[in-house]
Formats: sequence, structure tokens, C-alpha cells
Amino acid sequence: MRDRLSPYAVVVIFVAIAGLMLPFADLGIAGHDPWPLLGRMLAGFARPDFSAVETLAHALALTVAFAVAGVSIGAAAGLLMAPLYDRRPVRALCIALRSIHEIFWALLLIQAIGIGAPAGVLALALPYAGIFAKVFAEQIEEADPRPRNALPPRTDAVSRFVWASLPMIRAPMLAYTLYRLECGMRASAVIGFIGLPTLGFQLDSFFRKGDYGAASAILICYILLIATIRLWMRPRLAPFWIIAAFSLLATVNAPPMGTGALWRFLSEDIIPAPLRDGQGLTGLFDWLREMTLAQILPGIWNTVVATQVALVLTGLVAFFGFGLGVAAVSGQIGRLLGHLLLVTLRSLPEYMLAYLFLQIFGPSLLPAILALGLHNGAIIGHLLGREADAILPEMRPDAPRGLSLWAWELAPRLFGRFLALCLYRWEIILRESAVMGILGIATLGFFIDSALAELRVDRAVILLAVIALLSATIDAISLRLRRRMKVQGVAETDCALLPVERATQHA
Amino acid sequence: MKARLDGATLGYGAKPVLSGVDFTLNDGERVVLLGPSGAGKSTLLAAIYRQMTKARTRVALVPQDHGLVPQLSVRRNVYMGRLDDHSGIINLGRLIHLPQHVRDGIDAILLPLGLSEFATRPVEALSGGQRQRTALGRALYRGGEVIVADEPVSAVDAVQSRDIMSMIAARFPTALIALHDIDLARLYATRIIGLKDGRVRFDAETKKVSDAQIEALYA
Repeated sequence: MRDRLSPYAVVVIFVAIAGLMLPFADLGIAGHDPWPLLGRMLAGFARPDFSAVETLAHALALTVAFAVAGVSIGAAAGLLMAPLYDRRPVRALCIALRSIHEIFWALLLIQAIGIGAPAGVLALALPYAGIFAKVFAEQIEEADPRPRNALPPRTDAVSRFVWASLPMIRAPMLAYTLYRLECGMRASAVIGFIGLPTLGFQLDSFFRKGDYGAASAILICYILLIATIRLWMRPRLAPFWIIAAFSLLATVNAPPMGTGALWRFLSEDIIPAPLRDGQGLTGLFDWLREMTLAQILPGIWNTVVATQVALVLTGLVAFFGFGLGVAAVSGQIGRLLGHLLLVTLRSLPEYMLAYLFLQIFGPSLLPAILALGLHNGAIIGHLLGREADAILPEMRPDAPRGLSLWAWELAPRLFGRFLALCLYRWEIILRESAVMGILGIATLGFFIDSALAELRVDRAVILLAVIALLSATIDAISLRLRRRMKVQGVAETDCALLPVERATQHA
Repeated sequence: MKARLDGATLGYGAKPVLSGVDFTLNDGERVVLLGPSGAGKSTLLAAIYRQMTKARTRVALVPQDHGLVPQLSVRRNVYMGRLDDHSGIINLGRLIHLPQHVRDGIDAILLPLGLSEFATRPVEALSGGQRQRTALGRALYRGGEVIVADEPVSAVDAVQSRDIMSMIAARFPTALIALHDIDLARLYATRIIGLKDGRVRFDAETKKVSDAQIEALYA
């Protein structure tokens, strides 16, 4: 057996890779002086303008509605598939569903069924169904098997599941669904940027008008909504929210689609052009080569550069930031401010942050890297802060406080966990950096967006497959590294557990 | 005859827990297994339970760890003893609402077990003894030709355990039960089997088993 890989070596390797890539990354501030604009934006943000109440409320309500509808359909479908998750066709379907990002689903669905509520809801529901099926299947598998074993023999499968498995996993399932709703709220806001009537759409139009006060107001409301999600989304209230969401979505007007658009999409558009035109395999080969040179390789390069640099930035933000949320390190006031900062960066989706930075710095990899690093760093920092809170009571009574506590007690204890979380988010960062291409940054998403704009669905499908392969590769490397470092694994559900539940789990 | 082993070797994985076991469970017998922990009682119970369920004998089971669903109420946990008597659809409906006649049937079992006041309480809110009685309630509600129980009264007091053993005797014609209370075993069993270090040390009618034989098990 090989030696345990030193976590410090891994850090050095990742920092070195990012350092080598940095000189080649396009980080230029595109031609204009960002500071006057930044000044105007900050001035606007300091004076939030809530006067457009109706517009604000409508955009927020629709953002919640798309999230609730998408997550509830996704959860229901996932729950139905979870008991069958060990069957190969179901598993393959779920992997395919979740390998495509919500926004790419939205782009594809808008092409296929038109820009309306169903496209937005399905854009969330389809990938989430795949994720829910996997997570619920894992939760079922990890549930205490003893009640199942005590059942009378020949109890049918449905009763087995509903009586002996479902009650056991109800609490973790609800916790995870709530976490997914938080993700859904972010995705729902972001699909507004591609034309659906949610928060992103409104934010974009405020920015175009230079109405930074209104933009500030809508962002504040949105962050409050996400931060208080555990207060307004109670399991008992879920039926009410679901009915309200679907009723509201039913009022969304959509431009009519020509009949047969979906069929055309599935039977013609999706087939590679040379095959459709009867050019045979040589035609296909040339087509693929042209695509590889002009789009796939440059797209991969930019996506990977953005990912690697953003990953190091994520690590820096998380490692140096997690102490901010721990009172014993930063004091009561410091904790409050740190918490506020981390929650704000965590609540705003990467894509939205990138959009904001793009307004300031112009299109380059810089906005993407900043957005990815800050958002993911805040998520990991927030999680580490909670874990620090959980281990504090176990510490010796004369442990140091403040910076020394962070540096001598917390950072060394949580370092393995920190690395595991960074490696776990590596793949997520990759997927998000691909998506940011839609903003005009030259990652893979850029080519997907332009292919779909030109109605070249066949190209978009190839590029989506490239992203899926790339993220599977990153996932495999990340898993190997975590195994070789022998750090404790991170599960999808780790992000969903409440601090209290974590504490009782460790007890 | 309900079940039979001929020179069987039993265990989990590669390492046998019990070896060279000859055992027969006859109709109408109440067999009690005695022996120190780790002697192989649970292994023997599991093997006999498997054999009988394979032969489609209706068996009620009380596992040592109870196998209750902590989140469900006492009444629903008791109902689970009869899940295989109904279709999945009916069971699904009853998870949401237990009809009155079903509740009455369950409450008749809960009363003598002293669980009436806890009927709607989730099992996770109960004490160890109450949980054990819930697991027994599930077996009693299930009924059948045989009961297989692993230390079913280890967490209830002496008086109550005698009552419970007579309820078991009244409900099930045949029984195979692991106990640690020797007096209770003598009172209840028609036949006692002594296990130690993965071997059967004696297997005889209760009155033919001497105190010295039993003491030797725990020495």
C-alpha cells in the first residue's frame, strides 16, 4: 500500500497549478475604467429603493414559485425512483438528468417547449429528480435495517418501504429537501437571466436602466428570503406553498409555440448536422474536428483555468474566513458581521455574483473567478464555522481565544475537513464555471449558448456531453485524492444538516 | 415438527458461532435457550426462524434489538406485525389512518401489556421496558403457530415478566425463546437447551435438567 498522501502536498500542487495557469488566464479589465461605475453602483446599493414594490414582489414571488414547484416535482420523482436506484436503467437516467446544469436544462427546454412556466419548472425538476433519487437512495440504504429485518416475511415491497424505511429517513429527507429548496431558490433566480420572469430578469433590467437602488432592494429582499427559509418553509406549510406556487405559475403568460416544436427538437435538431444532411461518417468526422478545434478545446481550457484559479481562491476565502463566524474567535460583534458576510455571499448564486462583477470589470475570466471563489469559499467557510461551533464545547477549558484559537486549535483540527470540502466542491465549481459562459465569458457555456441561439442543438448536445465528461473526470480525481489523503468523505447531504442534527449525530 | 437441524454449523461469514447442532422443535413445545451471552443463542434463533419462514410457517418474531420504527406510534408499530396480511395499498392507507376496528384489535393487546396510555406515543419517546413490551405487542398481535423471541422480557420487572410469559403461552402453541432468568425458564419451559461456547451442553425436559447443569453454563 502506498503512503498516505500529505494534505499539505495537495495544497502545494493545487496552488502551483493555479499559479502556472494564472499568466495565461484572460483577466483583463476590458478596456474601460471600472471605478466610476463601481462608485455609482455602491452609491445606489447604499440607498436601496423599495418604491417599485409591485415589481419587486412579483419577481420575488415568481422566484419562490419556480423554486417550490421545481423542487416539489423533483422530490416526488426522486422519491419514486429512489427504491429502484440500484437498477441500472434508473441509475443511468438519474446520472444523465443531473449531469446537465439547471440553466442548460432551461436553455434546452426553452428551445424545445417554448419560454413559459413549464420550461422553468422542468429546468429545476429534471436535474433535481436525479439528485433526489441518489440522495434518498443513500439515505434509505444508511437507515437502520433492524425494523426492516423484523417485518413479517413476504411483506410486500411497498409496505416494507413505506412502514419500515420511510419513517426512519423522514427527518434527514426533510432536511435535505429544505437544503435543495435553497439551491432551487438560487437556480430559480438565475434562470431569470435567460428570460424567464424571475429575479434575474428583473435584476438585469434594473441594471440596464442603471437603477442600482432598485437592484439593491431586490437583492436585499432575496437574501432575507433565503436566510429565513427555515422560518417560512415548514413541513406543515408545504402543501400551502406548493398550491400557491402552481397557482401563481398558471398565471404566467407565455408566447405560443408552433405545434410540433418538441418533436422537431427531438427528431431533427438534435441529430448532428452532417448526418442529417447525409454526409455520412466522413462529414461527421470533419464536423467534430472543426468543433473540437474551434469550440471544445478553447472552451475546456478557459473552463479549467477558471476552475483551478477559483478553487484556490475558494480555499483562501474559506480557510481564512471560517473563523469570522465563530464567536470565540471574532467576538460577538465580529461573529455577527462575519455571519452576515458569509450568508450574503452564500445566498447570492455564483452566476448572479459573476453578473455583478461583469458589470464592473467587463467580460473576462476575472468576474467568473471572483464569483466562484467568493461564493464557494463562503459556503465552505460557513460549514466549517458550524463544525467549529460543534467542537468548541469539547475543547479544554483553558483553550486560547481569538486568533490563537483559530490558528492553534481550530485550523489544524478542521484542516482535513476543509480539504475534503474543497475537493468536493471542485466539481461543482467546474460545472458553474462552464455555465458562466452564458454571460459572455469564453467557457464551455458560451459555445452552448451561441449554438442554441443559432438553433444548432446538435452542437449544444456535444458540448453538454463534454461538460459531463469533464466533471466526471474531476469527480474521479477528487475521489482518488480524498482516498489517498484518507480524509473523511463528504456526502451531498453534509451541506443540508442543521447544526443541532450534526451535533446529535456525532454524540 | 416445526424445525430441525442435523449436525448444523451456524454463524456469520467464515467463523462459525455454533457447530454440531442437533435440534428439533416439535409442535406444542415451549423450548427455552439458556446460556451466557455470546454462547450462540441468537444465532440458533435466527437459523430456526429462517427455516420456518421458508417453510411458510406463520412465525411471530421478537428480535433482541426489537426492530421498532422509532418515529412511528406504539399502535402503528404493533400493527406492523400483520403487514403481510394486507396489500400494499391497504397498508399505505393505514399508515395515514388506522380504522376503528383495527385500533380496537390493537388496543386489546396493549391493555394487558400496560401500554394503553402510550398507544399514540412515538416509540422513540418510550423507556427501554416500554419499547420491549411494544415489540412483544407486535408479536402477540401477529399471532401464529410459533413465536421466536430473543430475551423478550430482559427489560421488564419480575412480576410483569411472569404475566407476559403466560400471555405468550396462551397465544402461541409452540415457542422458542432465549432467556436469562433461570427461574422464569423453569416456570415456563417444557424443554430447556443449554448453550455454551458455541456448543449445545444439554437438551432435556425441564424437570430432568438439574441446577448443577445450569450453573455449569455460567461458570
